Amino acid sequence: MSTPDPSKSMRTPLGRVRNLGASHSGTSDFWRQRMTAVAMVLLMVPAIVIVMMLLGRNQAGAAQVLGSAPIAIIMLLFIVASTWHMKIGMQVVIEDYVHSEMVKLACVMANNFFCIAVALASIYAILKLSSGV
Amino acid sequence: MVEFALPKNSKITGGKAWPKPAGATETREFNVYRWNPDDGKNPSVDTYHIDTSDCGPMVLDALIWIKNHIDPTLTFRRSCREGVCGSCAMNIDGQNTLACTKSMHDVKDGAVKVNPLPHQPVVKDLVPDLTNFYAQYASIEPWLKTTTPTPQKEWKQSHEDREKLDGLYECILCACCSTSCPSYWWNPERFLGPAALLQATRWVKDSRDEATGERLDNLEDPFRLYRCHTIMNCAKACPKGLNPSEAIAELKMKMVERRI
Repeated sequence: MSTPDPSKSMRTPLGRVRNLGASHSGTSDFWRQRMTAVAMVLLMVPAIVIVMMLLGRNQAGAAQVLGSAPIAIIMLLFIVASTWHMKIGMQVVIEDYVHSEMVKLACVMANNFFCIAVALASIYAILKLSSGV
Repeated sequence: MVEFALPKNSKITGGKAWPKPAGATETREFNVYRWNPDDGKNPSVDTYHIDTSDCGPMVLDALIWIKNHIDPTLTFRRSCREGVCGSCAMNIDGQNTLACTKSMHDVKDGAVKVNPLPHQPVVKDLVPDLTNFYAQYASIEPWLKTTTPTPQKEWKQSHEDREKLDGLYECILCACCSTSCPSYWWNPERFLGPAALLQATRWVKDSRDEATGERLDNLEDPFRLYRCHTIMNCAKACPKGLNPSEAIAELKMKMVERRI
């Protein structure tokens, strides 16, 4: 909610501060951002090792590595944690710096679409390779 | 979008260089922000030289000396001159602090640069308009809220519970922290800022208060509370040595605690 220019508004200062009231949200995103950060700390090294194992292999070789259930699960968890973290982090940046209400809504929507698309494409690729199709 | 440049009418133009005091052997240069709402001009930075042998050691002493001896139109707030009232908060040598407790000798090289608190509307010279800041303080309802009938004597509090308010109750609302916070610069209308949130923590942690949940409800908002990204400028700026970042982190922990 963008606030009108205080110098032109006849609302009281307290009325402007209270505005539409608290949204009673934000804690879930705050907690999830921390949770996904911790998850990424745990998953980062295994994910890098797996990617290094895939270097130089052809599709059949990659499918063989990702055919292992623990490896596929680690990669899936890493994708979910990192794209979720990316979505929340980018939304924070948008809320910080974009103040035009319409532009902000468009940016938040685009951010959601982008992160979901990246997550689903990555999950699809891992599932396809791990199932050997 | 966020503004990275000053508006046209806020851009600083060259100021007046006042002559050095006659007969002074030791002087110190001060570059002071000037703006007068009545003359329609852009702000400027005036240069003054004070006679250090005739002036106290603090920056506020120098400003008072300038007002008394050189330029009576220089405008600034001051009252207690001992770091209790918070009136003389301003930006000195790039750091928000109190002019009365900042020694001019702590500014090592060159001129002492004095500006009003950043990112607030200016009333005149070094006087910022803190209307929004005070309204944000009022919005956290900084008084004891109880439902239990008021006791005949005082509301009792253990020594341990009283100690939980240390590091919070000392805040003098000088606005040094809030006006040093980039998150507050970008969203001053919606982010409550470090000072109001530190005060909110003070009431949330008060064992005598019976409206803790209601207070947390009032703060639970992506903008009111969660604009704090623990940048820590507030803790660096606080002239009383308080840590608003830590207080805000405690609020966030309580928000999580009541959900999980």
